[in-house]
Amino acid sequence: MKPRTMFEKIWDNHVIYSEENKPSLLYIDLHLVHEVTSPQAFEGLRLAGRKVRRPDLTFATIDHNVPTTDRSLPIEDPISRQQIETLRANCKEFGVTLYDLDSPEQGVVHVMGPELGLTHPGKTIVCGDSHTSTHGAFGALAFGIGTSEVEHVLATQCLQQKKPKTLEVHVEGELPTGVTAKDIILAIIAKWGTDFATGYVIEYTGDAIKKLSMEERMTVCNMSIEAGARAGLIAPDETTFAYLKGRRFAPKGEEWEKAISAWKELVTDEGAEYDRRVVINAREIEPQVTWGTSPGMGIGISGVVPAPEDFATENERKATQNALAYMGLEPHTPITEIEIDRVFIGSCTNGRIEDLRAAAKIANGYKVAPHVNAMVVPGSGMVKEQAEKEGLDKIFIEAGFEWREPGCSMCLAMNPDVLAPGERCASTSNRNFEGRQGRGGRTHLVSPEMAAAAAIAGHFVDVRNWEVKEREGKAHGTV
Amino acid sequence: MEPFKKITSVVAPLDRVNVDTDAIIPKQFLKRIERTGFGQFLFYEWRFDEQENPNPDFELNKPQYKDAHILIARNNFGCGSSREHAPWALLDYGFKVIIAPSFADIFHNNCFKNGILPIVLPEETVEQLFQNVAKHKGYQLTVDLENNKITDGQGLEIPFSVDEYRRECLLKGLDDIGVTLMQEDKIAEYEKNYPSYYKIAQ
Repeated sequence: MKPRTMFEKIWDNHVIYSEENKPSLLYIDLHLVHEVTSPQAFEGLRLAGRKVRRPDLTFATIDHNVPTTDRSLPIEDPISRQQIETLRANCKEFGVTLYDLDSPEQGVVHVMGPELGLTHPGKTIVCGDSHTSTHGAFGALAFGIGTSEVEHVLATQCLQQKKPKTLEVHVEGELPTGVTAKDIILAIIAKWGTDFATGYVIEYTGDAIKKLSMEERMTVCNMSIEAGARAGLIAPDETTFAYLKGRRFAPKGEEWEKAISAWKELVTDEGAEYDRRVVINAREIEPQVTWGTSPGMGIGISGVVPAPEDFATENERKATQNALAYMGLEPHTPITEIEIDRVFIGSCTNGRIEDLRAAAKIANGYKVAPHVNAMVVPGSGMVKEQAEKEGLDKIFIEAGFEWREPGCSMCLAMNPDVLAPGERCASTSNRNFEGRQGRGGRTHLVSPEMAAAAAIAGHFVDVRNWEVKEREGKAHGTV
Repeated sequence: MEPFKKITSVVAPLDRVNVDTDAIIPKQFLKRIERTGFGQFLFYEWRFDEQENPNPDFELNKPQYKDAHILIARNNFGCGSSREHAPWALLDYGFKVIIAPSFADIFHNNCFKNGILPIVLPEETVEQLFQNVAKHKGYQLTVDLENNKITDGQGLEIPFSVDEYRRECLLKGLDDIGVTLMQEDKIAEYEKNYPSYYKIAQ
């Protein structure tokens, strides 16, 4: 048999039907649902008199709209409340499991799925959310879909898909200290642009990727969509299996053994060819900061804000000019001189326990700069509980960060966590588009470590030179 | 879904690269539970200032583009969030065709599901269209999906290609779910042989 890439194996395992010049019909193993992109899909089912074909493979949560303050209070925004109540009613009517606001497991859908052990290597996973690519960290083919496709999957458990091409992004060498998974993906997007992977499924390979923890791998795969990719994949290995073992929905006993041997078969065969291949050296990556209004407008911390004339094409020059005007930045300003007003640590990109540990390590023993408002929003109820067990909440609160309830929060600011016009934010989220965190708000994407350090310094600093203060007592030995 | 065959209309330009779906429909308008009524919020933060007055500099606010059903745009149109509210807003506002050198994947897909035709043309051709729109006030194009060509009535003729299956769905206004359900026996067969370790114990 011709050697195949991991993507091709997963694809072949799920094609139910194919015909020349037509999209293939692909079976979907897991469908995650949230309140914003599902109401019209359920309504469509109702109008057509259709059922949810596999409620047992469908899981819902409420994350985009939820307040991150006191959960016992009613949701003030009546339209948000209606959307949340609509999801509750739909889940009840169609028999779908919902992790509601009072559930200890509620959280950002892409944090919750892996934590519950729903995300497995080799699965096809979809959600009406572009950051579904996160789950590719496990070697699952996971991608975002629109609401019409949500309805399609609810009704048929299948999707019509045209086979994407394959792209290997090889990250060789060792990642320097203080440089994170977030910096890898930001550097990749800065180097090749926000549409370089359009039409492709990326497989991330190389020593730097193999050494990442599961949570770091999720950060990398999460932002594959910001490179335009259909999905991002990382080969499952012992790190993957160790993360999954024992989780609530992970296979148990004999099934676990069967699963492991099947999952080991998924890795790309020797000699398999990708349609395209790019290489980046991890040693050359610095902590990244975006300066513009597209995730590809990023640079290392030792750099300066570029000028429009630094770019080759008229379109790029115009885009840079618009971005600098929106961001209120002058060309050639050193990145370390950019002062910030707000800090957001959280999201499906960087709201996991390791992210909070990393940020807490930087924050420990320091105080947030007086002019900065900083908040930490755990990615899920389980992350919050674990962080509190480890005393991370205390470190943040003592340093002057706000400690919030889980949700998407200021990643997209659908809830009350919004930037005011002109406010400048160091954010661990994934998009710095105009208005993303609030109309006129200015977003700089960074790692959790860089965000915490910026909160304390009041401006961006090179976290590689940060003086980490030892934690007294080291209660759980984690920081 | 309404079938799409042919349309003649004034062309509106949107001269920016990487137009994201947050710009097309900002998040504060995603809370509705219907598919309709999003047109009033299209490009909201570009169309209106903070006092909700129309921004006279924004292309779509210029009176000559008021009735445009065809939009020309730049690279990577529709990037970012998967929100189908973006095509819903474009369609509700009146756009039935979007022409650009490239589209983001999910957005491109979402257009077809809603009867919008996204056409990919080479960058130079799109540039030519931008110049024509700038030169001739009220510049019109006819987009003919049955014959896969764009004409301007002044001698310009541009062939285009669209994925054959999607073209057929648009021309006939086909319901995807109905098409898939015709394979019910194959879906059921697949489910019968489903790997045991993927079964989720509730």
